[in-house]
Amino acid sequence: MIPAALLLLLFWGGTAVAAPPLLSPPEGFRVLDTPNDAGKSLSLVWKASPSDSKNRLVQVWAAESPQAAFNKVAEFPSNTRYVKPGDFPWWAQPAGKGDHYVKLSSSQAFPIENGKRYTVKLLMREGGREAWSDVAGGTAAPNYFNTAQINNLVFVLAFTGVLLGSIAAARRNPHVPLRRIAGLDAVEEAIGRSTEMGRPILYLTGAGDMSEVPTIAATVILGEVAKKVAHYDTTLKVPHRDPIVMAVCQEIVKEAYVEAGRPDAYKDESNFFITGDQFSYTAAVDGIMLREKPAANFFMGSYFAESLLLTETGASTGAIQIAGTDSDHQLPFFVTTCDYTLIGEELYAASAYLSREPVLVGTLRGQDFGKAFIMGVLVLGTALATVGVVADVDGVNYVLDLFKDFK
Amino acid sequence: MIFLKRQLPLAITFVMGIAFTFQYYIPHPVSEDAITNVSKWMQIISGFALFLGLASLFHVHAVKITRQVPGWGFSLALYVAMIGTIVIGFWSHGETKVDGGQTAFGWLYDYTMVPLQGTMFSILAFFIASAAYRAFRARSREASVLLVAAVVVMMGRVPLGQFLLPWTWDVTQWLLNVLNSAVRRAILIGVSMGAVALSLKIILGIERSYLGGGRDQ
Repeated sequence: MIPAALLLLLFWGGTAVAAPPLLSPPEGFRVLDTPNDAGKSLSLVWKASPSDSKNRLVQVWAAESPQAAFNKVAEFPSNTRYVKPGDFPWWAQPAGKGDHYVKLSSSQAFPIENGKRYTVKLLMREGGREAWSDVAGGTAAPNYFNTAQINNLVFVLAFTGVLLGSIAAARRNPHVPLRRIAGLDAVEEAIGRSTEMGRPILYLTGAGDMSEVPTIAATVILGEVAKKVAHYDTTLKVPHRDPIVMAVCQEIVKEAYVEAGRPDAYKDESNFFITGDQFSYTAAVDGIMLREKPAANFFMGSYFAESLLLTETGASTGAIQIAGTDSDHQLPFFVTTCDYTLIGEELYAASAYLSREPVLVGTLRGQDFGKAFIMGVLVLGTALATVGVVADVDGVNYVLDLFKDFK
Repeated sequence: MIFLKRQLPLAITFVMGIAFTFQYYIPHPVSEDAITNVSKWMQIISGFALFLGLASLFHVHAVKITRQVPGWGFSLALYVAMIGTIVIGFWSHGETKVDGGQTAFGWLYDYTMVPLQGTMFSILAFFIASAAYRAFRARSREASVLLVAAVVVMMGRVPLGQFLLPWTWDVTQWLLNVLNSAVRRAILIGVSMGAVALSLKIILGIERSYLGGGRDQ
């Protein structure tokens, strides 16, 4: 009897030793409105655990009200969905570094409405073991300001202040030296050459519409070119891809002729619409180049695959060609085939350069301050990021976050 | 008149410019709806503006035909093609396919527009060759550097080049990822600063020549 009891005790005790430890439920589980969004989403936050692993799964169960039944809405390994450096700026972080963070967006399976309270709980599963978290509730709401982008707003306001300050300084002292831009110096030469040869000048405003900055820059330069064209009494041809750009350019060219004292020389037909289709437009402009052989071709604005088709045809006719674009992918083609190319920001500086108006020239100085600031930030950021990695210091992220664009 | 031509557009530009600058920072659905509505308005205005474009197109080519200027036959071809396409488009109710079958409008698009567009695009290959020939003539030190870099990149990007000169792959990657990326980023930084400055000048009414006329009127 005694040996049998001992045997039973031994087996009983053995079973107790071999039993797996209970799963600990997720700690610090919270449900909050997702910050800086348009609403209809909730954010789930809980503490990371040293025992998180790919075999341990986390299930998210949500209900439309405390009384309603819970539905499983997501499942993932417990060693995923951490808050990583760079996900949020330090001033708008919904969870601590290393915590778990899951954004629960409205879906067909689980629609989330603004202003309605939802309850959520987590289920931790590994093998046959389970552990539930506390039930937490949260209400989704749209936000009126994206606090993650406050650094962006501060820089925009500061840059505006610098620009206005530069303009005021240029008004007081209008003699601001400008770096020579060969492409813009050649504008006069190109127009003069066209006049001497008795051939027209072709001016293209690019592929964009009036909502695009390079197109606006192209129309502004057109005004300056048209004044010189009116002065020399040369023919100007501006074929368009967008009717609104055409209407704007008609007005600009007309006013340029009036300013030049040659309103009688203005022709409404100098601006004309061809088509909005990329290659049909290119074929038509190539045809104009080959038939009418303009002595000067201007390519200003944004361009795509048509750039080389246009400029190579122009080069074959022997025209002097001046291009200006911010389309960095097309710059090699322009540089290769045109006599002069305004690269990137030079397109935006052209208006100030050609007109020499102190107010506009002042903005160029403001831009230079902006570029100097960015260069300083690049050097500082590179140094801090290197120090952060080498010395394993998290503190540098407080500075680096200031210069990141968070969405 | 000066109010309608100058002050009112400047006021609208200022208000809309400021509003949509701040719209970027406002995630609220009201802000999203505002930008969606403005986009729709822009599409409507573009639709109406197309009539302006058509009027210009018809006018320019009508003048060429009536005056029989050299090349007026092209203008006639344009009229025939355009009116023909419009008639066939109406006849096909603007549909390119009906019940799985191609309409006349669809046929016209697939067998005239698409091949013509393809032809134009394919010319690019020949133009790249001729432009490259001009650019790669080693007439200066810069052109020589360009020539060497281009040869290395070309060898590093084609299987035969990698087979013959395996080191070109690494050099190509370095040229593209380091030198090329650095220069592109520098250009983009300048472009972004310029675009922001021009936008601010337009919003604040400092640059107003896009309205036509001088800046100080």
